[in-house]
Amino acid sequence: MATTDDASLAKRASLPASVDVAEPRTPLLSIGNAGLALTLAALLALPFFTEGFFVFQMTKVLTYAVAIMGLNLLTGFNGQFSLGHGAFFAVGAYTTAILVEMAGFGFIATLPFAALICFGFGFLFGFPALRLEGIYLALATFALAVATPQILKLSPLEGLTGGVQGIYLFSETFGEPPVPSWAPVQSIFGVDEFDAGTYWVYLVTVAVLVLTYWILTNLVGSRTGRAMMAIRDNPIAARSMGVNAAFYKTIAFGVSAAVVGVAGGIGAASTKFVAPDSFTFFVSVSFLVGLVVGGVGWLPGALIGGAFIVFVPNYAEEVSKGLSGAFFGIFLILMIYLAPNGVGGLIRAAADRIRRRSE
Amino acid sequence: MELFLQQVIAGIATGGIYACMALAVVMIYQAIHHLNFAQGEMATFSTFIAWTLLAYGLPYLAVFPLAIAISFVGGFAVERIVFKPIEHAPVLTHIVVFIALYSIFNSAMGFIWDFSIKTVPSPFPPGQFFGSNLISNHQAGMVGITFVVLVLLFMFFAYTRIGLAMRAAAANPDSARLVGIRTSFMTALGWGMASAIGAVAGILIAPLVFLEPNMMLTILLYGFAGAVLGGLTSPPGAVLGGFIVGVVENLAGTYIPVIGGELKLTIALALIVGVLVFKPAGLLGRRIVQRV
Repeated sequence: MATTDDASLAKRASLPASVDVAEPRTPLLSIGNAGLALTLAALLALPFFTEGFFVFQMTKVLTYAVAIMGLNLLTGFNGQFSLGHGAFFAVGAYTTAILVEMAGFGFIATLPFAALICFGFGFLFGFPALRLEGIYLALATFALAVATPQILKLSPLEGLTGGVQGIYLFSETFGEPPVPSWAPVQSIFGVDEFDAGTYWVYLVTVAVLVLTYWILTNLVGSRTGRAMMAIRDNPIAARSMGVNAAFYKTIAFGVSAAVVGVAGGIGAASTKFVAPDSFTFFVSVSFLVGLVVGGVGWLPGALIGGAFIVFVPNYAEEVSKGLSGAFFGIFLILMIYLAPNGVGGLIRAAADRIRRRSE
Repeated sequence: MELFLQQVIAGIATGGIYACMALAVVMIYQAIHHLNFAQGEMATFSTFIAWTLLAYGLPYLAVFPLAIAISFVGGFAVERIVFKPIEHAPVLTHIVVFIALYSIFNSAMGFIWDFSIKTVPSPFPPGQFFGSNLISNHQAGMVGITFVVLVLLFMFFAYTRIGLAMRAAAANPDSARLVGIRTSFMTALGWGMASAIGAVAGILIAPLVFLEPNMMLTILLYGFAGAVLGGLTSPPGAVLGGFIVGVVENLAGTYIPVIGGELKLTIALALIVGVLVFKPAGLLGRRIVQRV
């Protein structure tokens, strides 16, 4: 019986490793880096040309992008599945909300706490996850996602979480995130003081996105990242090479949850409100959709994924009310058939072609 | 003690719902070794079809088999159209497609039948079962039907040629193919049957809760818990697991103050994680040993 071999081969084929370990360090001036620099420039220029609402939507896109990168570390680079990362998003969001409202923190100062707490939860969930593979891990995390809203509504925690009502943030500054006095957001973008908060959160989100991307690319390229990928590609071989699979898998779960938690924190700051029913199973579904659309195992794909899950439902709603979910699903299935590596895979294939032609 | 017994009986009554759903989960697992995350939505879709047929004025006795037949064909078609092309694809692909199906069915139901809640009548006479104040006629009937389905399934797998072929295809696809079994067709058949059982579950559950597109999401979670507890490889185990989940849920609700009403889904979560970690084969399941 050669089924095991087939299975492991298929598994390997499923998760394209975009970061090739053997590849020499890319020069500073490459197509990839140029693309990243252009993207960053576009993100920074964006608030000069658009309205407050669009900036708010873009904040959402970037927030999702951060979360998708976190999920990508787990799924794309470590080969573990999660349908439950919405739960960590919720924990991050509530951490930020509670610290801002009850402890008087600035929202940026809450983000490290969101990361830390979610790392703890993720690390703990990583232990049972060690014994669960593939579909079973998907099941356990599915259960986590479905149970999340109910846990958030729990009455003994009501004093902290606000129960069903949830928490409104920034009540001291009339519901708008405060802009620090050293940041001349109002004069730079020419907006009134109500919009200034939205713009400020956007800028912070861009910074968090860049920082997360930087940390994750370095992590993936490091010894730890190579160990994670080795476990993904062939757990048995990795173990016999002396890789401590249990350690790296729980770490991957923890870091992934921490990143998603930070995304949750920014999400809470930008929507200025958290409530249990904003964290249904559908949040986890969105992350998964974004991951697949952007490309599993390719970090920059998160931006495409984030844009997809924010804007596509809007357009789908315009075409036909209530059908956005169906559109999501059909698009996902088409994606799986036609471009299994996501939009990211298509972009990389195009970039390769250009590179080859120029050589 | 009386309270305890009462709660156990009430738990068995709700457990019937979960047992039915767990049975559908196990059917799919037998056929494809995957858990269908869209199973709940598919069952709800079947229930909506039944509701529509009832609204046209067809008698219940005609609607019930008709809805089941439609669901069978639907499940069969979903396998042929959506899953056949990715038969050998990795786990992630399957999970993504399940989620896609979940999303499509959920949204399509909202689109076709909108999100307002609807009531589905019960085929059983109203009132309590033999005058007991714990279990209604409908709940008792549901437990009965679950057992009938289980016995039918057992007879199908044990005594029919096609049942034997299905078991062979699930247990050892390569060898089954060598002796002339159309394994891929058997998989589709498994999908059809799971979808039909899901329809039975949905139609029987609907009178107890209200019919709306999200009716089944939480029930599916209990169904998973039941299936995992009983053993994903064992249909009788799934039914047993479903009943145990119902009883545990009820007892925890009665005796553990906070958890009771508010954390019911967390009980399912804890059961799933706990069983998978400590006894992955479940109560009646086979241990799966993988050759490396």
